[in-house]
Formats: sequence, structure tokens, C-alpha cells
Amino acid sequence: MSISLEEVLNISHLARLHVDEEQARQYAADLSKILAWVQQMNQVDTREVVPMAHPLDVVQRLREDKVTETDQRKKFQTIAPRTDKGLYLVPKVIE
Amino acid sequence: MENLSVSQLAAGLDHGEFSSVELTQHFLDRMQAHRELNAFITEMDESAIVQARRADQLIKEKKHGPLTGIPLAHKDIFCMDGTRTSCGSRMLDQFVAPYDATVVQKLGQAGCVVLGKTNMDEFAMGSSNENSYFGPVKNPWDPGHVPGGSSGGSAAAVAARLVPLATGTDTGGSIRQPAALCGITGLKPTYGRVSRYGMIAYASSLDQAGPLAKSAQDCAYLLQAMAGFDSRDSTSMDEPVPAYTQALDQPLQGRVIGIPDEYFGTGLKPEVQYIMAQAIDWAEGQGCIIKPIRLPNTELAIPAYYVIATAECSSNLSRFDGIRFGHRCKAPKDMHDLYRRSRSEGFGTEVKRRIMIGTYALSAGYYDAYYLKAQQIRRLISTDFSKAFETVDFILGPTAPEPAFRIGEKTDDPVTMYLSDIYTISVNLAGLPAISVPCGMHEGLPVGMQLIGNYLTEDRLLNFAHQYQLATDWHRQCPPGCTQEGGSE
Repeated sequence: MSISLEEVLNISHLARLHVDEEQARQYAADLSKILAWVQQMNQVDTREVVPMAHPLDVVQRLREDKVTETDQRKKFQTIAPRTDKGLYLVPKVIE
Repeated sequence: MENLSVSQLAAGLDHGEFSSVELTQHFLDRMQAHRELNAFITEMDESAIVQARRADQLIKEKKHGPLTGIPLAHKDIFCMDGTRTSCGSRMLDQFVAPYDATVVQKLGQAGCVVLGKTNMDEFAMGSSNENSYFGPVKNPWDPGHVPGGSSGGSAAAVAARLVPLATGTDTGGSIRQPAALCGITGLKPTYGRVSRYGMIAYASSLDQAGPLAKSAQDCAYLLQAMAGFDSRDSTSMDEPVPAYTQALDQPLQGRVIGIPDEYFGTGLKPEVQYIMAQAIDWAEGQGCIIKPIRLPNTELAIPAYYVIATAECSSNLSRFDGIRFGHRCKAPKDMHDLYRRSRSEGFGTEVKRRIMIGTYALSAGYYDAYYLKAQQIRRLISTDFSKAFETVDFILGPTAPEPAFRIGEKTDDPVTMYLSDIYTISVNLAGLPAISVPCGMHEGLPVGMQLIGNYLTEDRLLNFAHQYQLATDWHRQCPPGCTQEGGSE
């Protein structure tokens, strides 16, 4: 199992991480090694095995449709990097 | 004072031998005297004294419970309203949580005094505490060694007697492995037993909070106050919480203990094997029935874990976008640049590595080969355990394959580091409870045993561990240079 530089750059794009060329080479080596090691899962035939997504085989609990959270916009925005008049500021998206 | 148990501390407060303010100051002084361990990210002297005063008032008015006025530390993964909650990351270095985690709220209501937030591997990803933005924690038994991780700050703080109790979280062994490496007791409860609300998510189907303390009895007090249903956590179990502290004294006669072959194979250091054999002998002497068992898929637990956990982490950590909270890069060119640079600057090496693996495993064309396959292995591992628990009450083995390793020893090779969790990881995949208990020393470093139970048998695990600790002294050992008193408990 070997991951190419191109694949690393594609993954870093999907993950929204900045990776320069030297780091990309390191990631390619690291990820290839880890994925090769992960391949040992293929020793086992799992064709008939039902995947287990969660340790508790329970149905998702539902709650009544009523308001439980109060508006705390001001409090939450005090920890935002940049806000103005109650809005989160980001670089220009539409030209 | 630092060697007293929780019940002794509570009695001391109750009888007026010392006040909570005095107790709190004593531990704050110890924290300051042992800053070289780097166990804390945030020390909370001022608020602690205020809480201690309030506790003293409650004690005076006889309105107190078993934990009123007892100091503790929270792993810095639990949100605390108005307090920096960093999760060991530059991403949240300046993050002041706007609300309390349920665990924080419950322990606050129980009257505990919070002394600080403990150091940890960034976003709980690590087995050595070397992945913290705030620097590695040192093992109090030998500062050249790691304390284990990811709850390494909590484990080191309890081991060095800087705090009597600490909270931790365990996704693949992050309570049990540092407890073992630091010579203390740590319990990972059944998945869903303790609320995850306000606990910063790493891998949501595996994460579980639990107690770290000197003894099983102290863990029982802490778990009692932490456990219970919470409507704000959709995976919280709506099951009654037994009286853990009442269940400690039952005899162990007739309990069947399974010893899995796979936990005693290659990779286990002979010195640990030798210590384990003595613990098994002890159990047999108590009238327990020792039974060899098989957990045939154990070896596959680590690869399955590293696919599932990284997949979940890549999804969970996508919330850190540099917009609503957390680190934001300087002068972003456009949105894409803002996301990429904020995240690359905010996350450390191991976190980024795991996000990359998880993103790959979930990406188009690879989902079946990695994620689905890992979930199928997870089912096999869980089935191994349920088969074993048809004939045994407990499963006993080592917590970690070796005592604490040296700082820097495993940082070059992620796979070697991942292997240090071989005995703990399957438990998280299955969602079972397990406790790590100190059971020996090798060349000045502690060794821990792990006892795994069936779902919701925390009371039985604590009972076994308490009985073991009544008969042995390993949990009373204190790192050199960390105490003036002898073991007074």
C-alpha cells in the first residue's frame, strides 16, 4: 500500500489542511506505512459480518419538539475571532 | 494530608480537623512545588479558594455530601464556563468555554473544589502526553519517562499527590494506560454511563469519561458523582446508577476470571508477565476460579481502532474552521486560505496525521476497504467479549505491555506508539467497562493490571479492585520526592 504525493495533496485539500511539498513527502511515507499496517484486517473474511457502528445496540432517543436552548449569541460571539454587529466576519466569498 | 483517602479527607472536614480552604491551599502549594511535572495547563488558585470557602460554609451548615470541599482537577478536555479549555491544542489556546460540561456541572454540584485543568495529548490523541501543545508531562516516578496518555496530566497529578482526584477520558486506553504507568487507579466506565456533553469530541463512538484516583474506593466516590443519565448526550444510558461505594466489600469467592491467551503473548515484557502471575495467584487465593479464554481478534483491534477513531476524528474536528471559535490565521487571502492555514497552524503533527488518515479512509473509493471493514472487525471483537462473558465474570490481564517508556522513545514511529494500547483498545471498541489497578513495580516504575467487566458492572470491578487494595500496598506507593509523610491510609 503506497500513497502518492498527489493523493496526499488531494486528502489535505479534502481535510482543509495546508501541506507543503516536504510535509507531503513525509505524509506519503507515514500514511503508506500506517495503511500497510492497517491492511492486516484483510486476513479475516468478514463477508457475513454485520458492521458495528456503535457499542450500544439502541435506537436513537427522540425528544419532544420544544425549545430548550436560549439565545446566547452575544456570549458565543465573544469567543469568535472576528465579528461585527452580531455577524461572523470572513474574507470576501463573492466577487 | 496528601496521602489521605477521600473518605478520610471527608471525615477530617466533617470533624473540623482542617477546613476545605486549608486542604485546598495545601494541594495548591503542592501543585506549585511540582510545576516541573507540567501536569497542569491552567491552575485555578483564586476560584478554588472561593469554592472552598463555599464548601466550608456548607459543611458548617451540615448541608454537605461525601465530596463537598474535596479538591480535584479536570482534564482540560471538559468545558468549564468562563475558563480556558484548551484540549492540549494551540487551536483552543485562547478558547474560553461558554458553558459547563455535564461532568463539571455534576462535580460542582457535589461540592468539589476545582484546582485546575490538567495537561493532555492534543485532542486526546496520544499514548504518552508528548503531543500536547503545552509540552510533555513528566512521569513523577522518573521525569525522563512518559506518564502515558492521553490523560497523562491527570494521572501524574494524582500520582504525585498534587490532587486527590482527577477526571479523565478514555477513547482507546487514555485513562487506564496513564493510570498504569503512573501507579494509580483509573476506571473507564461502560460507554454511555457518564455524559459526554461538553467533553470535546475525539471519536464519539469510543469516548468515555471516568475517574482517576489513588485507590478504587476513591474512584468509586468520584464515579458516583459523575455517572448518570443526561438528556443532553444522545448516547447517554438511561439506567439507574448503583451505590458504588456500598458494593466494595463483597467477597470475591467464586468469581470466575478469564485469562486471555492473547494478552500474554509476544510483545508483553517478561517483567510485566511475572507481576501479572502474582496478581492472578492472589485472585485464586481469594477463591476466584481462573479460566483460560481466547479473544482471537485482539491483534486486529489496533488497526480497526485507528481506522474508526481517525474517521470519526476527521469528522469531529471539521468544526474547527477558524470562524466561530478557536485559532484563526493572520490575513487570510480567501475562505479556502482561512480554513487551511487556521487548521494547519492550530493543529499539531499527530492530530493532522489522524485527520489525514481518517479523511482518506472515508474518501470515495476507500470507504468499504477501510471504514466498513473496520466496523466488521469491531463486531468480531465485540462478539469475542460477549462469548467470553457467557462463562466468566471478569477478564484479567496487563494494562500495558511494558512500564513507562522514555520521553522521545517512540515519537519517530507512529505504529510503535499505537501498539502500546494493544490491551486497552478492544474494550473501547466493545464499549465495556475496565479498571487499571497498580499491581507491582519494575526498576522503580509502576505496573498496572486491567480488569475488564461486562456492560454496567463498574460496581463489580471496583469491588474486585478494592479487595485487592485491602490486601496489597501497591496503590499506596508514592513517587520519590512527592511526599513528606509515610503511607498513612
